[in-house]
Amino acid sequence: MSVEKREARQPWILLFPALSAVTLLLFVPLLFILVYSFWLRTATGADVAGFHLDNWQEALSDPFYRDILISTLRIAAITTVACALMGYPSAYFIARSQGNKAVLLLLLMLPFWISYIIRTMSWINILGVSGAINSVLLALGIITEPIQMLYNEVTVILGLVHFLLPFMILNIFVSLDGIDTNLEDAANSLGATRWQAFLQVTLPLSLPGLAAGGLLCFVLGAGTYITPLVLGGPRDAMFANLVFEAIITQLNWPLGSALSLMLLAVLGALVMIYNRYLGMAQLMKGLG
Amino acid sequence: MTKKIDNTTRYERARERYMNGDLDRRSFLGLIGAAGLAYGVSTLFAKYAHAATTDQVRFDGWGGVVSEAFRKHAFDPYTGKTGIKVVDGTFGGGDEYLSRVKASQPGEYNIAHLSGVFDYARYHALGLSSELNEANIPNLEYVIPKLVDVFRGVSGGKLSCVPYDYGTTGLAYNRKYISDDEMKEKGAKILIDEAHKGKIAGWSDWRTRMWYAALQTGQNPNEISDEDAAWDAVRTHRDLSLKYWGSGAELMSLLAEEEIYATEAWSGRIYALQEQGHDIGYMDPPNGFGWQECLFVMKGSPMEACEELLNFMLAPETSIAVAEGQNYPTALDPTKVDLGDKIPTLPAFDPTGTLSGLTFADPDFWNGHEAAWSKTFGRVQKGY
Repeated sequence: MSVEKREARQPWILLFPALSAVTLLLFVPLLFILVYSFWLRTATGADVAGFHLDNWQEALSDPFYRDILISTLRIAAITTVACALMGYPSAYFIARSQGNKAVLLLLLMLPFWISYIIRTMSWINILGVSGAINSVLLALGIITEPIQMLYNEVTVILGLVHFLLPFMILNIFVSLDGIDTNLEDAANSLGATRWQAFLQVTLPLSLPGLAAGGLLCFVLGAGTYITPLVLGGPRDAMFANLVFEAIITQLNWPLGSALSLMLLAVLGALVMIYNRYLGMAQLMKGLG
Repeated sequence: MTKKIDNTTRYERARERYMNGDLDRRSFLGLIGAAGLAYGVSTLFAKYAHAATTDQVRFDGWGGVVSEAFRKHAFDPYTGKTGIKVVDGTFGGGDEYLSRVKASQPGEYNIAHLSGVFDYARYHALGLSSELNEANIPNLEYVIPKLVDVFRGVSGGKLSCVPYDYGTTGLAYNRKYISDDEMKEKGAKILIDEAHKGKIAGWSDWRTRMWYAALQTGQNPNEISDEDAAWDAVRTHRDLSLKYWGSGAELMSLLAEEEIYATEAWSGRIYALQEQGHDIGYMDPPNGFGWQECLFVMKGSPMEACEELLNFMLAPETSIAVAEGQNYPTALDPTKVDLGDKIPTLPAFDPTGTLSGLTFADPDFWNGHEAAWSKTFGRVQKGY
């Protein structure tokens, strides 16, 4: 075998384990889901194999699914903006801190050591009628009746921000940490105030990190179903809850497959737009 | 009461028949030889066939106090006696569990603590039922006949399960805010009472929602004819509700934390709350939702080991201990078995063993509407 041929084969040999894993664990299941989406469900819950467009027709034409999808994207967008507003100052503080950066980053990672479900449920003990806030307010005599704070859209967004904020902070931090601080000093020496230097130098340079964090928060937020289940009221379902109900409650795997692919297509399109204009490299840095 | 049916028992039975003269010497030695040959050959490959081994049985139930009772009073003693390990899992509802079973390989799931005859009928219709050898479950004779007959009717006279307990989904209310008199006056309509807006909840189960909607609109739950009125009642309840709960633990938490004052609830869970000292009332309105639970054996399960476990669990001492732990009356007939002091005090208990005071779901009616109503409820639940 010639050297050229061997060199040409080497990357594929090295990539083989990863490609096999992605094929077996992602593409093959996705293919199953795609095939399933064309099947039908009988009254007993059994599936009928075949090529039927009924599920896709229902998923794409029924305003019920469209409305919940729009509501899901709206909640994910609000969550992303909230994460950006809260995450940027924290990331800036960590990036500019001297000496204790590692400790701060460790603290940032601490919530990941606790299950996401437990973290979500912890809000019940904070915001509940017998929770920490109501107990303190009642004890101080500020209120006479507990305030109903749980089980609405605000608590769903709060739970999502709690879950996603570290992802946003990490991405912005990576971006800010890579900016040469001499650039701000140079702007100051040229007459810019600290605020102007931040607005015109630091912020534009950190935008890729902000965008990467935003994309992660949006995609993860739009795909969640635990948070609305635990912290939402009767009307606060998100699109993933519809997938869960179709598959688990209604035993309608074909429709559930079509709905999950629909959500995947919407979020996939968003990732492709991001990749087209900003590239995935920044996202990889943030995840790394 | 329990009879262990393992290789030792088989040997003892063969030996007894030989000693009694029912089995000739040649046949007896032939059987022993064949058993030895089968063991010697199969052992080489047995480690590769985990699904066929009966060193463990998987049991799935409702979790919480129910699972704790099973573990303490049934599984651990069973394992101690037979050496067969019971691996127990939990589920939040029959629908969720059915999805898991549907995605599994035959034999992966063995015994499930299913609720309602409609679940039994669904599993049977999906070809998931097995056929129990009732001779291996002698304790079945102590079970209330009415409970057994319903299951026989679904599966053509054979059984794929044994009835285990029964209970009701009645009305639970916080006595601090809702009096017993108010409950008697309003009954099921307490759940659509504007006065308690934001302090009402309900189970996110389409059957329960429609059952109570039928009561709220003056219909027979097993013959709902005015569907529109029923769905309107479901919508009214939704608009007044703080939350739909999804598990027994969540139900207990919402009531105990006083997040809600009224909901429909599982009788055993409310009894558990009362035992903990919470002043929660419980009432079954006329035509309240009665149900029975069974221990269902899936197709592809190791039948002898499962039957042995079922027989063990139906033994009065085990069944009574589990019932006292999970707070649901046992399916054992009180006219045949002394059920002790606690069980007669449990909600829904029927001392006559006829269960004539309870209204059970008609499996044909409810399963006939399952596809349409579960889908509609999915929409109504979200504001449509």
